[in-house]
Amino acid sequence: MGTLSREELLRKIHKIGAEVIRPAAASVDKEARFPREAFEALRAEKMLSVYVPEQFGGIGCSYADLAAICTALGQYCGSTAMIFAMHQIQVACIVRHGNTPYFQGYQRELVEKQLLMGSATTEEGIGGDVRTSSCHVARDGDSFVLEKKAPVISYGEEADEILVTARRGPDAASSDQSLVLVRKGDTVLERTHTWDTMGMRGTCSLGYMLKAKGHVDQILPVPYADLSAQTMHAVSHTLWTSLWLGIATDAVNQARAYIRAEARKKPGTVPPGAFRLAELVVELQSMRQGVQGATRDYIEIMDDRDALSGPSFTIRMNNLKIAASRQLVRLCADALQIVGITGYKADSKYSLARQLRDAYGAPLMIANDRILGNNSTLLLVAKDE
Amino acid sequence: MDTNTEIRNILKQHAKLTADVDTLGDDADLYQAGMTSHASVNLMLALEDTFNVEFPERMLRRRLFESITSIRSAVDELKAGGS
Repeated sequence: MGTLSREELLRKIHKIGAEVIRPAAASVDKEARFPREAFEALRAEKMLSVYVPEQFGGIGCSYADLAAICTALGQYCGSTAMIFAMHQIQVACIVRHGNTPYFQGYQRELVEKQLLMGSATTEEGIGGDVRTSSCHVARDGDSFVLEKKAPVISYGEEADEILVTARRGPDAASSDQSLVLVRKGDTVLERTHTWDTMGMRGTCSLGYMLKAKGHVDQILPVPYADLSAQTMHAVSHTLWTSLWLGIATDAVNQARAYIRAEARKKPGTVPPGAFRLAELVVELQSMRQGVQGATRDYIEIMDDRDALSGPSFTIRMNNLKIAASRQLVRLCADALQIVGITGYKADSKYSLARQLRDAYGAPLMIANDRILGNNSTLLLVAKDE
Repeated sequence: MDTNTEIRNILKQHAKLTADVDTLGDDADLYQAGMTSHASVNLMLALEDTFNVEFPERMLRRRLFESITSIRSAVDELKAGGS
């Protein structure tokens, strides 16, 4: 499947990671800036369209390959990996639901120009539930206008296109949403919120007042409720957790390198931290099994749109997000205990500062407590595991 | 009371529609009438209680609650014992 094997894909990613992404990671973090050199390199290898089917000119990689790429990127820079994952979530929505001439043409254009896609799903005044909107698509003949107060649009100013949720029309209920592609030349973003955060600083997730216009062909042909149930929810959780697995792997690798260096100083003795490292590797393996297992579960029923929308599968994906985000924080914190004060320093080669700060974002982006609340409702109706 | 009327009464109490249930036809789209997935949980629990049935996992799909007709046919199927 695809024009490149998993091995070839990962070789390219690790090369870009080591040569371009890791060297830039500290400055991306410090300046809270978009990782432009990373995306230049990813674009040069056509990685922004890696999941676009071959028939439209993309590499046509498998979903498991895509998740593996996110994990690989996470080992070099959390922000870069998160932007890449968020972009691919939007691409997956188009690939899986955009079976119209417009969206097929868009996929070809994405391949050719290596376009970057962003997302605007949250909105002020809706209480954080992305399955409801207040703003709406205002149609006028073949064109539409749309205005949204979006408290977060990650890398909004860098994105070529943004997928925006909005009520289907002026009279539609708040849960009756469409997903609309708005393009750079037709979109104005006025900054309303800053992004000076503890971690994940390079995602540039500022808030904006978004004003856009376009052609009605840019509205995806399926209700957002279906899109979310069949694609966006599972893809978001599997790709986010895949990149978190990469950050955790990086943190554990830092601890391993530190312990090895300690061992070399005193040949014949096992460094005191080695025991804790052994424990840490147990936890990392458990996280890896969880993330890869849940990703395989998704792949298995990916084309069974019926099963995807059932409560049991939704709970399964929610559990993945909760478990992996907790494991990520724990793994980074425990790796720091092993490396000690050297890891606490931002400028040492064993620093774990950025990984740990990035990790703390994981339980908060769609707060775990909100997800547990949703699960407690769904558990009232779900009949089996 | 006939089944459709009972379903309508349950919708009025639990579905939290933005549209008036009495103005909706049996085939009207309940999601377009403002039903959320959260409300559909309460709706399902009320239906199970009223009709003394239990919706199996395979039925728990979005389209089960799409319209009064779809709810009616699911309830009929379960009452007939085919689960």
